[in-house]
Amino acid sequence: MRCGWGGGTMRGCFCMSEEHARLPPAARLTKWLVSGPPFVYLLLFFAAPGLIMVLASFRFPGEFGGLAPFTATDPDALQGLTLETYRFFFSDFIYTEIFIKSFIVALTTTLICLVMAYPLALLIARSPKKSRDLMVLLVILPFASNFLIRVYAWMIILGPQAALSLAFNGLLGMFGVEPVRLLFSPFAVLVAMVYVHLPFMVLPLYTNLERHDPTLLDAAQDLGANAWQRFWRVTFPLSLPGIFAGSVLVFIPVMGMFAIPDILGGTGDMLVGNLIKEQFLGTRDWPFGSTLSIMLTLAVLLCVWIAARLGGRRRYA
Amino acid sequence: MRRGVWLWTAALAVYAFLYLPLLIVIAYSFNDSRLNAEWVGFTWRWYGVLFHDEDMLAAAGNSLLIATVSSLMATLLGTMAGIAMHRYRIKTLTFIVMAPVAMPEILLGVSLLLFFIQLLNLTLGTLSIMLAHITFSIGFVAIVVRTSLAGLDESLFEAARDCGASPWETFRHITFPLILPAVAAGGLMAFTLSIDDFVITFFTAGVGVSTLPLHIYSMIKIAVTPEVNAVSTLLMLLTLTLIVLAAKFAPDALKGKG
Repeated sequence: MRCGWGGGTMRGCFCMSEEHARLPPAARLTKWLVSGPPFVYLLLFFAAPGLIMVLASFRFPGEFGGLAPFTATDPDALQGLTLETYRFFFSDFIYTEIFIKSFIVALTTTLICLVMAYPLALLIARSPKKSRDLMVLLVILPFASNFLIRVYAWMIILGPQAALSLAFNGLLGMFGVEPVRLLFSPFAVLVAMVYVHLPFMVLPLYTNLERHDPTLLDAAQDLGANAWQRFWRVTFPLSLPGIFAGSVLVFIPVMGMFAIPDILGGTGDMLVGNLIKEQFLGTRDWPFGSTLSIMLTLAVLLCVWIAARLGGRRRYA
Repeated sequence: MRRGVWLWTAALAVYAFLYLPLLIVIAYSFNDSRLNAEWVGFTWRWYGVLFHDEDMLAAAGNSLLIATVSSLMATLLGTMAGIAMHRYRIKTLTFIVMAPVAMPEILLGVSLLLFFIQLLNLTLGTLSIMLAHITFSIGFVAIVVRTSLAGLDESLFEAARDCGASPWETFRHITFPLILPAVAAGGLMAFTLSIDDFVITFFTAGVGVSTLPLHIYSMIKIAVTPEVNAVSTLLMLLTLTLIVLAAKFAPDALKGKG
């Protein structure tokens, strides 16, 4: 459902214009009438804001927050543009550190989701055709309830008065360990991250596993492969595209998440998303906020590109 | 069948993990206690509190208005985009439609905040939220519509053309009725996305206007009250209804997720 970040955009353009020239005038008009409005809307409310953000990252913050007005040029800065925010980003390791922390959280969440989603997706794919739709719907349903409600549920479960906290701390107490706080901790953040994004992993995995040809497993069995070998040598390699799709769908939103650390995390659990939110709504340093957003975009693109390279090589090997 | 047992155990554990937290929220919405801790007794009290909370009702009204307007606009633009993507395969259009769906929400939120304030000089409020919601909903509608178009039998259109139907007549009498369920499903999806959105609304709402998710957020940031459980339960009921409806209209479109 989500488009890949792959190339081919330019090539697509050229193909289009060639095909376009062959269309009769009336068909050409229809084409512009159909594709024009959504294109213009997104140009205005998606592409333009993106460009403004890139531009903003090269500017100075205004006196009262936001951006410096375009007319008041600093005598030292060329036409009011500056690399200051980027210099600032690399001047203090704390920002890079937060990016690394976000990356680790996103990777951990992705791996936990994969481990939890795989058996479920496999079971659904191997269930009778009739029950599959219901089983998939049961995965989608909780995911359809409001995001904040799903995060809030963990505030109750992990709260200091809840049964889970009491039981856990009771257990720790038996070994003479001090009670710990589950809520407002990195643990709470990770649990909620997994909880919120798990369906994103189950669905593409299931879509992939469902398409596997069952006779391959029979052939493997006839050739003497045991259950583990059949899984590891046949099912797993064939499911790599599904694993890749699911991982991308989990990894990207977790990288930019600010609400979960904001609600369930402690003061030390700040991720990139929280840092960006702070720049835009807290300290109102919009140029630096824009720089962080661009760094986040680049980081996400880089990770997905690396994963696509790794996945691609395995897939066609 | 040891392997089967193992798979079932793992899968049931995951289902429990998915459902228990939500069931706990629902259960506590009927608990006759201010604390979300032990079970005291059954009550409807928190629903009564909810229906007398002026701020909450105003936020719910805003959410409904925004979701209605933005889902209608997104359905129109998204259907056009889906048709264009299927029919003309314009790569730049596909990219600009899918990118808002694929990128972290916060990026869309902050870039729109910058754009509205810095370039349009717009006072943030209902209008800016609607414009933002349309932006991210177009892609979802387009995907559902395109999936439906891809599943249609091409020979239907050839038959229509052979019978002398103009492209418009073919669209009006053949294509549109066939993709209508997908359009409806996409519209319901856009409505759900808009009602539920927190992150993008958070950045484009400004100070004066609140929506249901924004109001819930401000409540749980201050304190956890049973009233939040009650509103959550009602909201779950609403989205559940919408999802079931969408699944009825276009079962394949929903499965095509991911």
